[in-house]
Amino acid sequence: MPNKPTISQEHLAYLHGKKLYRKRVVAAQILLLIGFIAFWEVAAALRWIDPFIASQPTRIVKTLISLHREGTLYHHIGVTVLETVAGFTLGTIMGTVIAIALWWSDFLAEVLDPYLVVINSLPKVALGPILIVWLGQGMRAIVTMALFVSLIVTIIGVYTGFSQVDENKIKLLKSFGASKMQILQKVILPASVPTIISALKINVGLSWVGAIVGEFLVSRAGLGYLIVYGGQVFRLDLVMASVIILCIAAALMYQLVIIFEKIVLKWQ
Amino acid sequence: MRAETLVRIENVSKTYHSPEGEISALQDISLNIAEGEFVSIVGPSGCGKSTLLNIIAGLVEPSAGAVYIKGQEVTGPTSLVGYMPQSDQLFEWRTIWRNVLLGLEVLNKVNSDTKLQAEKMLRTYGLYEFRKAYPSQLSGGMRQRAALIRTLAINPEILLLDEAFSALDYQTRLVVADEVKQIITRENKTAVLVTHDISEAISMADRVVVLTKRPGKIKNIHQVVLTCESHTPIGCREAVEFRDYFNKIWKELDVHAE
Repeated sequence: MPNKPTISQEHLAYLHGKKLYRKRVVAAQILLLIGFIAFWEVAAALRWIDPFIASQPTRIVKTLISLHREGTLYHHIGVTVLETVAGFTLGTIMGTVIAIALWWSDFLAEVLDPYLVVINSLPKVALGPILIVWLGQGMRAIVTMALFVSLIVTIIGVYTGFSQVDENKIKLLKSFGASKMQILQKVILPASVPTIISALKINVGLSWVGAIVGEFLVSRAGLGYLIVYGGQVFRLDLVMASVIILCIAAALMYQLVIIFEKIVLKWQ
Repeated sequence: MRAETLVRIENVSKTYHSPEGEISALQDISLNIAEGEFVSIVGPSGCGKSTLLNIIAGLVEPSAGAVYIKGQEVTGPTSLVGYMPQSDQLFEWRTIWRNVLLGLEVLNKVNSDTKLQAEKMLRTYGLYEFRKAYPSQLSGGMRQRAALIRTLAINPEILLLDEAFSALDYQTRLVVADEVKQIITRENKTAVLVTHDISEAISMADRVVVLTKRPGKIKNIHQVVLTCESHTPIGCREAVEFRDYFNKIWKELDVHAE
């Protein structure tokens, strides 16, 4: 190291100010959440809002506890998480494989281009009824839905990533006499890992949409099922409880992908 | 006493086709390069000097004529040629060691012999301690050295430097050119440098080939003889003849600001 870090008073003050600001942000974030929950609780208790329609934090907690006691809670979470994970994993893998095929053959890429554009702009949930007829009223239809929602975005994103790999890197490999397969293995795929991971991040969110919408349409289990069922029988406590679990599960899964990214991209 | 001819370029022409029409990039280029020689090619931008290099490397097929290396016609990339593209092009996701092995991997020539050879070069050129580092952790000069070792690891007969230093800032560029020239001399390699920098061309080369505007033809060839104490590119810039060469080539390039 050329210059030893000697910290001046001024720099200390600067660092202290930074830290203080960060603390204020976190404190405000926590206060906002607590304030919101407290207001909700009080508003429902004082009958400013109807707890039957708007639910109430304490009632949500009670619902969660009873779901936990019945043991069904984990089954529902497990089903939805499984569908989502299957959806985005398959979506990312299949999307990448198709993107490789498009990269391999410029002809194929050009032929399929207009179809990809049209399918990409189609709201995939519109395919729900078709999938149910074809695949039956079960997990298969829901996973396929979660897969479809993320597939086309992945193909387009990853293929674009492939075509943006530095020409000079490809030229370098060609000068060693590399085959197309070697170019794919040694430069296209490793250079596109960041693109594939950012596709994965988007797919996590999209697959939740696919899985929940799928469960809205068919299913006898899952968080989407709980939400629809709760709505139909007017148990808003159940709906709210399910939405909150969904929030937490989605956030946790996103964090897992971030950790995965840090491990894979340690060279950055 | 002339060294043996290593590369023979015979009546090479190249025409590019596009929907807008055809462009003649090179016209009837003939040139012999002797073993151990360092040749610089300069020319106005777009004169096809990089195309010529790509043809020697077997990356581009000439429209007419042929290139022979050691008497064999070039029909595609071979390990006789070590090509250095613009900027170092080290792969960020590979360690320096794995970057150095890249060419050998592609050629399926990774074995204890070639590995030992690569390791020796890393030691000689001060990169051994950094073999486990990633390129982003190295300075511009070190990266260029690593890139050169990657090319030398396949043990090519001739090195082709395609504007290899143009991405570096001026100071680094001088130092790197110096280092690269010393390594090439030490390893006893033949080299062809394509550049738009006249000083760089003169200071590194035994001969400077000047090309005309598109379509590129050979306008003149200068045998560079400089009287300077240290025959490094930086030292050569001190030579009294340097200015003369510079002015002559500058006039031949016939550059007009528009």
